[in-house]
Amino acid sequence: MSTEFEPVIGLEIHVQLQTRTKMFCGCALSFGDEPNTLTCPVCLGHPGTLPTLNAQAVHFGLMIALAFECEVAPRSIFHRKNYFYPDLPKGYQISQYDLPLATSGRLAVPGGPSVRIHRAHLEEDAAKLIHQGESGRIHGAGSSIVDFNRGGTPLVEIVTEPDLRSAADARDFLQLLRTTLKQIGVSDVNMEEGSLRCDANVSVREVGEQGFRTKTELKNMNSFRFLERGIEAEIERQIEIWSSGGTVQQETLHFDPVSGSLTALRSKEEVHDYRYFPEPDLVPLVPTEQMLDAARAALPELPAARLGRYEREYGLGSDTAAVLVGWAELGSFFEESLGAVSGNGVDAGALARWTTGELVARLREQGLDDPRESQLSPRALAELVLMVQSRELSQSAAKEVLTELTQSGGEPGAIVEAKGLKPIADSGELEGIVERAIEQNPAAVEQIRNGKVQAAGAIVGAVMKETKGRADGAEVNRLIRQKLGIG
Amino acid sequence: MTDALLSLSASEAVEQLRAGDISAAELFELYAGRIEKFDGELGSFLWKAGDPPEARRDTPLAGVPLAVKDLFCTEGVPTTAGSRILEGHRPLYTATAVRRLLAAGASMLGKTNMDEFAMGSSNENSGYRPVHNPWDSERVPGGSSGGSAAAVAAGLAPWAIGTDTGGSIRQPAALCGIVGLKPTYGAVSRYGMVAFASSLDQCGPLTRNVTDAALLLRHLVGRDPCDSTSLGLPEDVTLPSRTDLKGIRFGVPRELGPEAEGIESGVADVFNGTLDLIAELGGEVDEVTLPHAPHGISAYYVIAPAEASSNLARYDGVRYGHRAGNGTLLDLYERTRAEGFGTEVKRRIMLGTFALSAGYYEAYYGRAQRVRTKIADDFREAFGRCDFIVTPTSPTVAFKLGERTGDPLAMYMSDYCTVPMPLAGIPAISIPAGLSEGLPVGFQIAGPAFSENRMLDTAYALEQRIGFDTTRAFVQ
Amino acid sequence: MSRELSTVLDHIEKISELDLDGVAPTSHVVELENVLRPDEPRPSWPRDRVLAEAPDAAGGGFRVPTPGR
Repeated sequence: MSTEFEPVIGLEIHVQLQTRTKMFCGCALSFGDEPNTLTCPVCLGHPGTLPTLNAQAVHFGLMIALAFECEVAPRSIFHRKNYFYPDLPKGYQISQYDLPLATSGRLAVPGGPSVRIHRAHLEEDAAKLIHQGESGRIHGAGSSIVDFNRGGTPLVEIVTEPDLRSAADARDFLQLLRTTLKQIGVSDVNMEEGSLRCDANVSVREVGEQGFRTKTELKNMNSFRFLERGIEAEIERQIEIWSSGGTVQQETLHFDPVSGSLTALRSKEEVHDYRYFPEPDLVPLVPTEQMLDAARAALPELPAARLGRYEREYGLGSDTAAVLVGWAELGSFFEESLGAVSGNGVDAGALARWTTGELVARLREQGLDDPRESQLSPRALAELVLMVQSRELSQSAAKEVLTELTQSGGEPGAIVEAKGLKPIADSGELEGIVERAIEQNPAAVEQIRNGKVQAAGAIVGAVMKETKGRADGAEVNRLIRQKLGIG
Repeated sequence: MTDALLSLSASEAVEQLRAGDISAAELFELYAGRIEKFDGELGSFLWKAGDPPEARRDTPLAGVPLAVKDLFCTEGVPTTAGSRILEGHRPLYTATAVRRLLAAGASMLGKTNMDEFAMGSSNENSGYRPVHNPWDSERVPGGSSGGSAAAVAAGLAPWAIGTDTGGSIRQPAALCGIVGLKPTYGAVSRYGMVAFASSLDQCGPLTRNVTDAALLLRHLVGRDPCDSTSLGLPEDVTLPSRTDLKGIRFGVPRELGPEAEGIESGVADVFNGTLDLIAELGGEVDEVTLPHAPHGISAYYVIAPAEASSNLARYDGVRYGHRAGNGTLLDLYERTRAEGFGTEVKRRIMLGTFALSAGYYEAYYGRAQRVRTKIADDFREAFGRCDFIVTPTSPTVAFKLGERTGDPLAMYMSDYCTVPMPLAGIPAISIPAGLSEGLPVGFQIAGPAFSENRMLDTAYALEQRIGFDTTRAFVQ
Repeated sequence: MSRELSTVLDHIEKISELDLDGVAPTSHVVELENVLRPDEPRPSWPRDRVLAEAPDAAGGGFRVPTPGR
């Protein structure tokens, strides 16, 4: 008898805030500079230095807390997390421990998982270790160089409850979280560059089982694909262990996307005692009404609200709306596109379906995560959909034009001209073609007369082939029915 | 001429400098010359300034030379915190307290010797050499600001700044027969003060008289954007002028008073004699109680080492200071710190690490923080019944070098009367009140938070009445 | 060292005798809240000054033995 297992997944996300200065000193925040050119005695941990809290980081922290419906603590303090590592200049990280900025929030993926946010808190980022050695990875190097430019970057750490039940859900959730953070403008949430980092806590249990089994920690998966695959691999590994009578060990693991393998980084038995105690150099944070109002006012429309608006104002179906809401870059492209053609407005529903259907397919083909990385402009998309809407272009011709637009840019009108894709204006010409197609497809005609209406597809196909897709599908169908005398 | 110049207190020197009667250069030369001549035996300086300053007549402090405890970062000038782990280290910036004084016109005479990382009560924990008490060279000057206190008492500097965490300004001031003041926590910026125990450390003056202390304090205080825990004082520091103590109520806590355990009889005698002088001046003396004060040492020696264990984690040989040879990363950390830190520092790091560790935090650090609340409550309660609380500053007079180095607990007990005030964050001043066995005895006055002006005024009136000669131990 | 430490610990143990129920710990002795710094950049320290104090500077940074070896 095989047991059915369910995964139990929680995420720990670190977000770098896009403030102008570091968390605890006035050094500028920047990316890609020469090592150690953005440092000062404070972020280098020189003797006698003291931290000073960045007001904008607090503001962004409050925005994040409110965006995820968290309870903002009336009073929170900072703690020192003590351990030795070269990227930690003071020998401790200033973070928050048992009185964090916010707790008990929620983020629900439309049509997907609803995940509770356990807590969100403020802390500073560590510096960077550059390993000198052949591969540049830790093992195999003899010495390392520490670059303190990144040290002190403001972070918000968001921890979810273990409410996720599949790797795909984890991916969808993280996508929405990322989109939300990007839209509220607190971070550029770039996973490759490290301004959004995600660790996953994974365990499994039998379906119906109460309580949790041992969990492992998957660290630093720097893309959505790797996150999903890594979690899947770990779930499989754990199920295998439990099924064969073993016990999962508490470990920290690294997923190698190339080989698909999971390697232990360190056992949690060696877990550090961080000796947390309240940070004496910083005073408590007591968010005032003013601070909360400012954070609330700075929040743009959040995904859930936007979803509702898309459904109401534009009459979009919830699936289509969810895709637009959950993918920041796609959603903003859609909005810009919608606003690009004024006057004779393009139908929002049609534009949305073209965006989430045909456009997304082409982006996936071209391996792009952002429609703006393609050659297609928002205005061009709107014009294209408008042409289809007003019957100036057939659906299938439009698809060909879209491919051209995403690959080489340009304007729909000009491409239609150049490729000769104008629909057949002369209905006489079309009638003739339809008649010929009917004659050449007697088998299909037979089936149609016997009630199998779908058989018309073969005739439509023949017409499309002849007209190189310029015929309007609906019109062709109408002519076929008329010719065959069916209603 | 030299004697006249030497006998000028810092405030008097300021007046004459501003009037143009004396020059800053000659004053500097006088002290620099005395340091050159006498400090070899005393040991109070770790670094001496070379050149005399430019004329700064029109500034508030007009070029008066100042000795600075080596715990303060001074840009480009060696700063060791009394430790070998920072040997040769030249900071990249100057501490706010020092910057303020330099901007006000003070000129730096040198960096004074101290117990390593401010941990000690005798200056015997200096990583470099001990300091000798100018009153008796076989005795300690007190600590951790031993160098500053000895320099002022010996006439090698007109005044100095030090730091006080558990008594490190007041106790050496008492043992050397000078004035030492620990301000309200937060009155003076800690930015640039090498951290020992962050929630207790404060910068303050060591001077020949109360007026000098007030003058120095005036230019030290103020909110600093670089120190989030600083708030300055609600009013400007005024120079004291009181001549009597009418209407002022003084509380003697039975737990820290002359009858308390460990208080030498000679010290008790001077203390009681001072109470009589207070009465003469019209002050009221009453007994008060600070029930949790006897637990001050226990709480202090949990909290301070705990914070220190964290504050000293940054000394790892990576970015500055001493670095021990090659090997693994762990070797680097272990050897650098084993070589660079002295015994007392290591002891306190171990103690502090233990007090914060999982499973022990609540019993030690957690409890100590609660004791701290009770001590602060006790003071608040007592100040409802009196204006100032008075105690002997130190239970004993200066002890001999080597006398307590084998008994840490005995050494810690030197701070018995001085630790409760930093735990509560309140200010306190020690003024010399008399002699016992030929050695100075200090009288401590503690006030509520932000009561500096009134406290200085009170101390001044008493000081005038006592008439202690703080130049008596000047080296000749 | 350990003998001396245990003497100290014995003395410190005295605080375990106190009744401290319901007493809040003092984590901050100064009553300040919300001390915030405006998010305005100021110049960083020049790299050569920063590295001049380093015991082992190399490649524009601070050299250390690689962790985990």
